[in-house]
Amino acid sequence: MKLPPLDYICPATLTEAIAALAVHGGNAKVIAGGQSLVPMLAFRLAAPSVLVDIGQLPDLKSISISAEGIDFGALVTWRDIECDTRLAQVHPLLAAAIAHVAHYQIRNRGTVGGSMAHADPAAEMPGIAVTCDAMLTIVGPNGTRILRADEFITGGLSTVLEADEILTSIRLPLWKKARRWAFEEFAPRHGDFALAGVAAFYDIDAQGLAYNAHIGVIGVADRPMRLPGVEAVLDGRRIDADVILQAAAAARDAVDPADDIHAEAAYRRDLLGVLLERALARAADITLPEAA
Amino acid sequence: MSDAAKLLVGSAVERMEDARFLSGSGNFADDLAVEGMLHAAILRSPIAHARIVAIDVSAALAMPGIRSVITARDIGDAIPIIPLRLAPLPEFEPFCQPVIASDKVRYVGEPIAVVVAESRALAEDALETIGIEFESLSAVTERGASETPLFDFAEDNVALRYDAGFGDPDAAFASADYVRTERFSVQRHTALPMETRGLLAEWNSLAGRLVVTGATKVTFYNRRALARMLDLGQDDIDLIEIDVGGGFGVRGEFYPEDFLIPFAARKLARPVKWIEDRREHLMAINHSRDVACELSLACRSDGMILGLRGRVFADMGAYIRTNGGVVPAKAAQFLPGPYRIPNVSVSVEAFMTSKTPVGTYRGPGRFEANFFRERLIDMAAMDLGIDVAEFRRKNLITEQELPYPIDGLVPYEGPTSYDTGDYVEVFERALKEIGWHEKRHLQGKLIDGLRHGIGLGCFVESGGAGPKENAALTLEKDGSLTVAVGSSVLGQGLETVLGQIASDTLSIPLDRIRVLHGSTTLLDEGFGTYHSRAVVMGGSAVLDAATRLRERISEQASNHLGRPNSELRIVNASVVADNGASVSFATLAAGGELQADGTFSNDVRTYSYGTHAAHVTVDPRTGAVKVLDYVAVEDVGRAINPAIVHGQAIGAIVQGLGGVFLDHLIYDDQGQLLNASLADYLVPTASDFPVLRAVTLELRPSPSNPLGAKGAGEGGIVAVAAATANAVAAALAPLNVEIRHLPLTPPRLWRLIKDARERATNAA
Repeated sequence: MKLPPLDYICPATLTEAIAALAVHGGNAKVIAGGQSLVPMLAFRLAAPSVLVDIGQLPDLKSISISAEGIDFGALVTWRDIECDTRLAQVHPLLAAAIAHVAHYQIRNRGTVGGSMAHADPAAEMPGIAVTCDAMLTIVGPNGTRILRADEFITGGLSTVLEADEILTSIRLPLWKKARRWAFEEFAPRHGDFALAGVAAFYDIDAQGLAYNAHIGVIGVADRPMRLPGVEAVLDGRRIDADVILQAAAAARDAVDPADDIHAEAAYRRDLLGVLLERALARAADITLPEAA
Repeated sequence: MSDAAKLLVGSAVERMEDARFLSGSGNFADDLAVEGMLHAAILRSPIAHARIVAIDVSAALAMPGIRSVITARDIGDAIPIIPLRLAPLPEFEPFCQPVIASDKVRYVGEPIAVVVAESRALAEDALETIGIEFESLSAVTERGASETPLFDFAEDNVALRYDAGFGDPDAAFASADYVRTERFSVQRHTALPMETRGLLAEWNSLAGRLVVTGATKVTFYNRRALARMLDLGQDDIDLIEIDVGGGFGVRGEFYPEDFLIPFAARKLARPVKWIEDRREHLMAINHSRDVACELSLACRSDGMILGLRGRVFADMGAYIRTNGGVVPAKAAQFLPGPYRIPNVSVSVEAFMTSKTPVGTYRGPGRFEANFFRERLIDMAAMDLGIDVAEFRRKNLITEQELPYPIDGLVPYEGPTSYDTGDYVEVFERALKEIGWHEKRHLQGKLIDGLRHGIGLGCFVESGGAGPKENAALTLEKDGSLTVAVGSSVLGQGLETVLGQIASDTLSIPLDRIRVLHGSTTLLDEGFGTYHSRAVVMGGSAVLDAATRLRERISEQASNHLGRPNSELRIVNASVVADNGASVSFATLAAGGELQADGTFSNDVRTYSYGTHAAHVTVDPRTGAVKVLDYVAVEDVGRAINPAIVHGQAIGAIVQGLGGVFLDHLIYDDQGQLLNASLADYLVPTASDFPVLRAVTLELRPSPSNPLGAKGAGEGGIVAVAAATANAVAAALAPLNVEIRHLPLTPPRLWRLIKDARERATNAA
């Protein structure tokens, strides 16, 4: 499990980093925290000839909150998010989701940019980004482009990133104060990849009806995704037990997970429904009669 | 004669090895580095069953830093075969593993070539360039699933079948009021020691001698095996044991690499190091468990057990390794457990598949047998309307019935009897600890969406296998003591335990005692660590040597002080005469070497025993199980160090819970191992099962050895599946779910619940 032969460069500026990627074309790979890439190298599932370490690039390590949104530099780690006391107020859904990410050592090194660029279908950060319509800033030799998270991820472990582009930041839209929300995921052990997970939020209008429902799921498809059919069940409704059960049924119908060694497809499908019920009940602060 | 107030045996002395480990000063195989050292990497078969048509290593040899590529051709016409160390039944011999594949591969991970290079990374780069032409053959992944014999000489893939038993089971079953037969299975998994295997082999061509560092468990046996394979005298080989990060039965057996790395070192006349990486560990180290059983119980309507029949089916993998048929044989032998069952028949079928070979793993066969039996007991008690605790109480062997013979269940072993104990008292203690009477109304109850269940599992556990162990004690010139023992240390705290035994006898403080262990350089012969034997055998040998050394010290002191032995006392590393004159051990040792050998021979086994109890909740909608409380109660005869025994028990419970809920080596129908990484092969971490308790009792010492010790390394794991599965089954009983197969993963429990609901709906 030694890495394949490769060169390593550690540029000091973003411009140098992009230039280095451009020179090596598809043979170069960006490394940040290395928590996904290094295992892939050790298993020789990836064999780039050059690693471009963006770990020393300036200005990618901060979390800043402005009227425009919450900006995460690509090098922000899970530990940074956990330790940022503002976030529990400013984006409680994100804070709750990130609590499920991996184990201590990984949390100290793993980065939000790395997680987005790796695009694991069960990972929390891409799930939150898709659920919340995060905007991603990508810099390449021809300048900067900005994409919504669901446009950025194109499939299992794949994104629109070109070989000479670097994801530099992720912007989450500001969070409304009275917003109803919950995050639920289920993994064999805490910190493992989720067998299924749900990020849910909606706002309540003056009549007490839900609007702006966002329901995002992880671990049940080749990529994180929102479930518009479920959101449609919620929007314009008073969220009660009946609506929640309808939403959960819609969620089960909306996904088509695959069998794998960890769970059969039917389990993930049903689990998603259970998690959504629990998430929405918590968001609405009601107790569902537990079927058992 | 020593000061009884300061006795260390029986006290929870801090482990003397811990400072070394906690400060990072341990010396493990990967810490070894010597001048001129090369690194090996092993090309392992990527497919499960194939003929090897051609191997092309030319590209690898041309790469920078590559010193050699060794294949079967380099080893010679007769490829050495790894011998059977235990259970040497002749039926198994044709199925033993050659140290390298020559014409055929039979499992994913089988060694085909060894690359030796200036670095491990270069060696791995070269592995990718070796071209092998395979002629693919069908993989065999299940019992009787394929007509393809894996071995050309064999008509089918069954290596061994036997029947054994006692009493008259046919009559017992014919006359019984109640009979139930069920099929159970335990999934293939393995021990996963924290430190993977590793070796450094150094060949001295001038002296014609080989030193292999990183050996453990059964070093003297392994030296004999290696000497035969390399055509060397045993005295030409030293196997050196350094720190070992866990063994649990799998580490230290003779594996292909134990030949290949020394062979490479001799061939190249350079030191060669090999460190097993985690991926190859999961496909190369012995797998274990993987036993299915059809079990029948015959009872009177009052719950008295009349007879038991068990058919054990064991997937041995592609070869029979050193442990022979221990796993299935013990799975059969321990089916009756601690119960009075007068009529027993067992049969064993050991069959071969295209998977990694199987060996022993902590509690081999017992983990499985106790799960099978204790599950069936719960089912029977439920059918008969008898409380599961009362059912057990009624059938447990009483102290008056001990020793209780269980002869004839293992064809290659002589008579054996459960030795001493009060099985009922320990059982009652477990009930009390878990709060059985207060909590049993919770069985199957749904509270806040979670179903509660409490389960019990009773066991007997053998340990202390003979034939022998040796020790040698030396009083050094500075008055400190060196203990050398043939037992191996694999991280279990044996240095401290043996030090305690020597300290008490010789009145030398623990910090003046060093314990050397395992290496073949220490003694003429040693027997190693397995079957919970290191304290029983090694401890007794140390006690014998210490007693002899004490006599020698007294003799010397008698001469020195001019007083008779009867007037001398040993106090704090000195000999004191009644008249007040004294001489220190250091003074005595300065006058000439003081040394004594000790030995302990034994042909009977110790039988510890106990009961585990688990309280779990199951989320019936997700299948998630939470262990709310767990207690293991075991009588170990004598705990030399209660803190170490406690640690052994807690660690074993965690490891056992891994086997119940997580650990699972998954193969597809092509014989591919699908989860050879710790991202996919899940093991319990320190935080997964926080509420575990162990109660160690010393009710009945073992009569087999002067310490009174019974083995204490395995009792913590052997009933975990039994108690936990019974708890899960009790939780889900209202849903008509039965538990027959491990592991109990959330998706599998969910499936059982769903199927039971669908059956109920269809029936309605």
